Amino acid sequence: MSEQITGAKSLVLALERAGVEIAFGIPGGAILPLYDPLFDSVKLRHVLVRHEQGAGHAAEGYAMATGKVGVCMATSGPGATNLVTPISNAYMDSTPIVAITGQVPSSAIGSDAFQEADIRGITMPITKHNFLVTNPDEIARTVAEAFYIASTGRPGPVLVDVAKDALQAMTTFDYPDKVDLPGYRPAAKPHSKQIREAAKLIVSAKRPVLYVGGGVQIARATQELKQLAELTGIPVVTTLMARGAFPDNHPQHIGMPGMHGTVGAVGALQKADLLIALGARFDDRVTGKLSTFAPDAMIIHADIDPAEISKNRTADVPIVGDAREVIADLIVAVKSELEAGNQADLTAWWRQLDQWRTVYPLGYDTPSDGSLSPQYVIERLGNIAGPEAVYVAGVGQHQMWAAHYLPHERPHTWINSGGAGTMGFAVPAAMGAKFGRPDSTVWAIDGDGCFQMTNQELVTCALEGAPIKVALINNGALGMVRQWQTLFYNARYSNTDLHSRRIPDFVKLADAMGCVGLRCDSADDVDATIEKAMGINDAPVVIDFGVHKDAMVWPMVAAGTSNDDIKVARDLAPAWDGEEL
Amino acid sequence: MSKHTLSVLVENKPGVLARIAGLFARRGFNIDSLAVGPTEYPDVSRMTIVVNVEDNPLEQVTKQLNKLINVLKIVELEPASSVSRELLLVKVKADPQIRSQVLEIVQLFRAKVIDVAVDAVTIEATGGAEKIEALLRVLEPFGVKELAQSGMVAMGRGTRSITDRTLRPVDRIA
Repeated sequence: MSEQITGAKSLVLALERAGVEIAFGIPGGAILPLYDPLFDSVKLRHVLVRHEQGAGHAAEGYAMATGKVGVCMATSGPGATNLVTPISNAYMDSTPIVAITGQVPSSAIGSDAFQEADIRGITMPITKHNFLVTNPDEIARTVAEAFYIASTGRPGPVLVDVAKDALQAMTTFDYPDKVDLPGYRPAAKPHSKQIREAAKLIVSAKRPVLYVGGGVQIARATQELKQLAELTGIPVVTTLMARGAFPDNHPQHIGMPGMHGTVGAVGALQKADLLIALGARFDDRVTGKLSTFAPDAMIIHADIDPAEISKNRTADVPIVGDAREVIADLIVAVKSELEAGNQADLTAWWRQLDQWRTVYPLGYDTPSDGSLSPQYVIERLGNIAGPEAVYVAGVGQHQMWAAHYLPHERPHTWINSGGAGTMGFAVPAAMGAKFGRPDSTVWAIDGDGCFQMTNQELVTCALEGAPIKVALINNGALGMVRQWQTLFYNARYSNTDLHSRRIPDFVKLADAMGCVGLRCDSADDVDATIEKAMGINDAPVVIDFGVHKDAMVWPMVAAGTSNDDIKVARDLAPAWDGEEL
Repeated sequence: MSKHTLSVLVENKPGVLARIAGLFARRGFNIDSLAVGPTEYPDVSRMTIVVNVEDNPLEQVTKQLNKLINVLKIVELEPASSVSRELLLVKVKADPQIRSQVLEIVQLFRAKVIDVAVDAVTIEATGGAEKIEALLRVLEPFGVKELAQSGMVAMGRGTRSITDRTLRPVDRIA
């Protein structure tokens, strides 16, 4: 007869068995029974955050930095609903997290009890799967299933809601060695016939492009990607979620595609005759107006999620499988095609790509009034902190500049909110990343709008020993929204002025939260200020960079328009007609 | 748009119906009818879902359904190789003067009267969608007081059973 323990103890043991080393959360009424045995766990560290949203984003940052499953916890009702945003964010970016929430006692479920919310119902559309557990005997098995579902196939968030009485009741610990879910078979081997078909297209295309998405990072397939790219000589574009999956400084890398993509990358997709989409999902931010996207291209679409294939753009060669296996198989198949002497000449294609790259490189103007250029700050930061650092961005202009001007040379060093576009992501996600990779320098690049949504987690960072660094790109406005107002709303700046160059005083705020606050308003001080921050490792640092308000993100494809209409600056479109291909 | 009948085997667990209904709603797929009931396995339920979509969205429907952890198997039933039935209960005005006419229709359609009142009868009918529709059309002039209809249930013809093969989602694209 096994030892009798509480459901709560069973939950802690199950988390330990699942290999969880750290969880982010806040206790409350319904989840209190769990926090008692958690207090005694030596394997599992709990980080007490200041807002449940911070717990969720920290779990995401941890997961994205380490590849392990991130864990967050909250109590019932408002505690659980505060996790909704990060859960939704993890769903959109396929990040493996497990959220544990307390629920009111099973006898009270459905009665509108104090702090009751149907969090299972609320999160159904934004979780890969979710559970409500009311039987203590099912806690350990459910935790095992949750981790299995979150981390396999296309990863994603899983929520486990546990009724308070199930935590309090007695049970025995029974953690399954193997999870058996009859309706879930994630491991699909790439179909060899499709791989051969793809290889034939790859070696015969005259204008092919490797369209690389976040799935390649998640599958840890970046070595294989480099091999395939170098084997074929095909140009590579990396989406926002894939920055770092292929080194920026590699001659075959032609940048990020999409709404704020480089002319080279956007042009390559538009003019291609073959797209090899790997772990990418033809998101509207990449395709622009779908009906005009890559009009002449055949599509090879490899994804682990069959539902992504032909969802937005019909695939000519669909391949279901893990990106790493797919690319490895493609390498073999392409090699045998090459050995058979099949190889298209890409010289003309590269000449065209190189022309676009040369004529329309990334660039920005230095403000004439002597104020600080945000792109310059980010560029210098990347230079000084280097490609080994982990960079975490919020959402908006600063995110796009960070995507362009940081050195994305390595995988898993770029963490941001892509699909959901969650402002406020950076500080808590950077905290999670720092806990996951304590030996790495972790820089959050944040905007003043984003920062004011979640900066309270700097208190957590200061108290719990997560000395992250924050580069606050402070233009005093909701910059990206303001940019759209400039371009599309006759410069009528309705409710985008945050006045945050004046209030709050971010240096004092940082100081009040136990961080070091620094200020920098001129280009001459940028390097010295960043270097000063690099030298501080016993406390979080916040640098308030006061930057030019009117700086805009270019290039840009206006929402709903064709990628062909990309602008490299206001009213300035590239000339596409180099040579006819 | 065209109608497609999907037989969906699901784990008999709380919340499964909500997951499926929610999926259809948020992905913008229209359900014409939905019927749920037990199967020969106590832990498996069967849903018969009639959807009205083009072929391409239909593929999305089945792929998205397959992603639900509690969905075990999805089969599209082609009209030619399957049988389908609906159940109809209809309460029709039938005072003594016209009752015999109503009863004649009931006989013609091989339906049944299952309740009689002074000025109304309640009729039970089963059949394919066309038959049910036709019956309603001829009953309409008498005055339909109340109507209840099940969703369609359907299964493939022949000896094979949907549960013959292992209950696994078939999601590989050939």
